[in-house]
Order: sequence, then structure tokens, then C-alpha cells
Amino acid sequence: MNKNLKVLFNGVIKENPIFVLLLGMCPTLATTSSAINGMSMGLATMFVLICSNAVISMLKNVIPDMVRIPAFIVIIATFVTVIEMLMNAYVPALAESLGIFLPLIVVNCLVLGRAESFAAKNSVISSIFDGIGMGLGFTLSLTLLGSVRELLGTGTIFSLNIFPEEYGSLLFVLAPGAFIVLGYLISIFNSLQRKRQTN
Amino acid sequence: MELIGIIIVAIFVNNVVFSQFLGICPFLGVSKKVDTAIGMGIAVMFVLTIATIVTYLIHKGILEPFNLEYLQTISFILVIASLVQMVEIVLKKTSPALYEALGVFLPLITTNCVILGVAILVIQKDFNLLESVIYAVSTAIGYAIAIIIFSSIREQLALTKVPKSMQGIPIALITAGIIAMAFMGFSGIDQVFN
Repeated sequence: MNKNLKVLFNGVIKENPIFVLLLGMCPTLATTSSAINGMSMGLATMFVLICSNAVISMLKNVIPDMVRIPAFIVIIATFVTVIEMLMNAYVPALAESLGIFLPLIVVNCLVLGRAESFAAKNSVISSIFDGIGMGLGFTLSLTLLGSVRELLGTGTIFSLNIFPEEYGSLLFVLAPGAFIVLGYLISIFNSLQRKRQTN
Repeated sequence: MELIGIIIVAIFVNNVVFSQFLGICPFLGVSKKVDTAIGMGIAVMFVLTIATIVTYLIHKGILEPFNLEYLQTISFILVIASLVQMVEIVLKKTSPALYEALGVFLPLITTNCVILGVAILVIQKDFNLLESVIYAVSTAIGYAIAIIIFSSIREQLALTKVPKSMQGIPIALITAGIIAMAFMGFSGIDQVFN
């Protein structure tokens, strides 16, 4: 159990998928125009990560090594289709705003990366924990990025008013803001990490 | 006129990298040198054009007649993955020189979301085959322009003194943000073509 908790926290801080591993940059930049969008993208990816990690580690002895990558992709694509259909059915507005990035979870390097480097080598339980940890790290980072952009752009977080909208700069909601805010967040994360290591 | 509109919009106004955020991983990964950036740009153009034609035909020829649209994601990604493999094998046999130049980039392209993204967008926008091909080629040109501009700036950045915590990816992202701001200047041109 202790080992599983370690795997869980590994994904959130030490190997944070966005700030440390720099995986899955496209949805990170594209869907974080508001906190709620970022969070829902994170949760959708987390669902796919947990399910595909679980199934792949169950099947790791059955899948021949030669066709391992195509097999992983089919499993991942199945769960992506599942979440795509679920979101279209129950939260169509949200699915609309995530748009093309919902089916593009398939090519998110984070999902395939964890399948290859963790789920294919570890037990089902710890693979599920790895999926939860990585998914949480991804979701938290996307929510943070989305909140910062929404706050600077329109003065709200999760549509809650913090300061008047006229004081915000729309630039942060638009494309350039995504790059710039992520750049600054990564540099802050880097300097915090360095401080912790020197202490 | 409409086709010219598609070209201008895909290259400048809705640039894949700077306004649609597709293909960011290779954009950050292989943009340290101009040479590799050019190679990646050409490889993307090559694969994107072929992949768009093939996935378009599969969608119109197989998925739509049999009401199998929900299999779009699975079938497209499989087709793209095997297509990239096939292109690699064919190039190796027929044109070793081209393979030498593009070989390294081909495996990377499977996980490049530009390819799957454009394949899906073309279906969503309801383009015909000619429009799809033109859209794919001009998207690839837009990608090549973006990655080449970015890599030439990064070559300069490598020689610049940058604060410690900003080194590497953070400063590259901020640079990309500023280029994206410049590309925002193109928005509005598309009104001319409507």
C-alpha cells in the first residue's frame, strides 16, 4: 500500500506530466482558456489513463512484444471513443468547447508513454494508482493553468468574479497567453524545485 | 477564390501551431536547429497529405455508408500508424536519399497530433477531396513556416544569457507566445475571402 501511495505522489509532484515531463502539450495549451475547460480536459484524460493502464497491465502477458504499440493504441482509442460518446451525450456543451481535442487524447504522448513505461511492466493495482497519480498531476496542472489564464484574461476563476472584467487582458485567453503563462509557470516550478533540492 | 481563401487561412490566420495548438510536442522537441526543423516540416507535409487523402476516402467510402462514424478515432489512428510504417518502408527501398533525410522524423510523426487533427477537421468542415488536399498541404506549409521561424530564433536564444529558471523550455514557450502574438496580426484577412 505504501508503495502505491508513493506511485500516486510521484505523478503529482516529482514526475508532474506537464511541468517536469513536458508531455501532452497540445491539449494543455489549447483547452485551458478557462479553469473549467482545463479541469474537464484533465478529467477526461485521467479516465482514459486509468482505464487503459488497467487493461494494458492485465493483458501485458498476452500481447506479443512485436505488435505491442498498435495493440496499446487500439486499447487507448477504445476508451477515448467511450469518453467521447459519454461527453457528447451528457455534457454536450463541454464536449463542444473541447472540440477536436477530445478525440486527440489518443495521440496524447502522456497516455501512450505511461502504457509503455509503467503499465506494461507493473501489476494491475499499481498501474491503476499510476494512472490516478499521473491523471491527478495532469488535471491539477491544467486547472492551475486554466485558472491563471481565466483570472488574468477576464478577472474570474471558475466564473467567480475576482476583479472587474475590464481590468483583464483578453490576450491571456487567446493563443499567445497560453504559451506565455505556461512558460512562466514552468519557470516558477523549476525554481521552486531547485530551492527544495538545495535545502 | 474560395480555394485561395482556404490556403491563406490555413497558413497564416489559423496557423496550426500558433492558433490551433496542434503538433506542439515535436514543435518544442525538434526545433533546436534549423536543419532538423526543415526536415521535420517536409516530413509532416509528406505524411499529412497522404494521410488526409487516405482517411478521407476511408471515411466517405467505408465509415459513412455503413453508419460506422463512431469508429472514426480508432480507424483513423490505426490507418495513420500503419501508413507511417509503410511510407518508411517504401522510402527505404525506393529513395534512400530521401529516407536518409526524413528517416529520423517519420516514427515521431505517428504521435504528432497534426495528422490525426487535420484528418478529423477535414471531415468536420465537410470539405470535398480537392479542398481537403489543399487544406492539408497548406496546413503543413503553415507548420513548416512556424517551426522554421521558431528554430532560427532558438538558435539565437542558445547563445543568449537567460535567467537560470527560464532556461530551455520556459523561454522557448514565451518566445512562441510572442510569435503567436505576431501571427494574430493576420486575423481578419479571411474576411476578404467571404
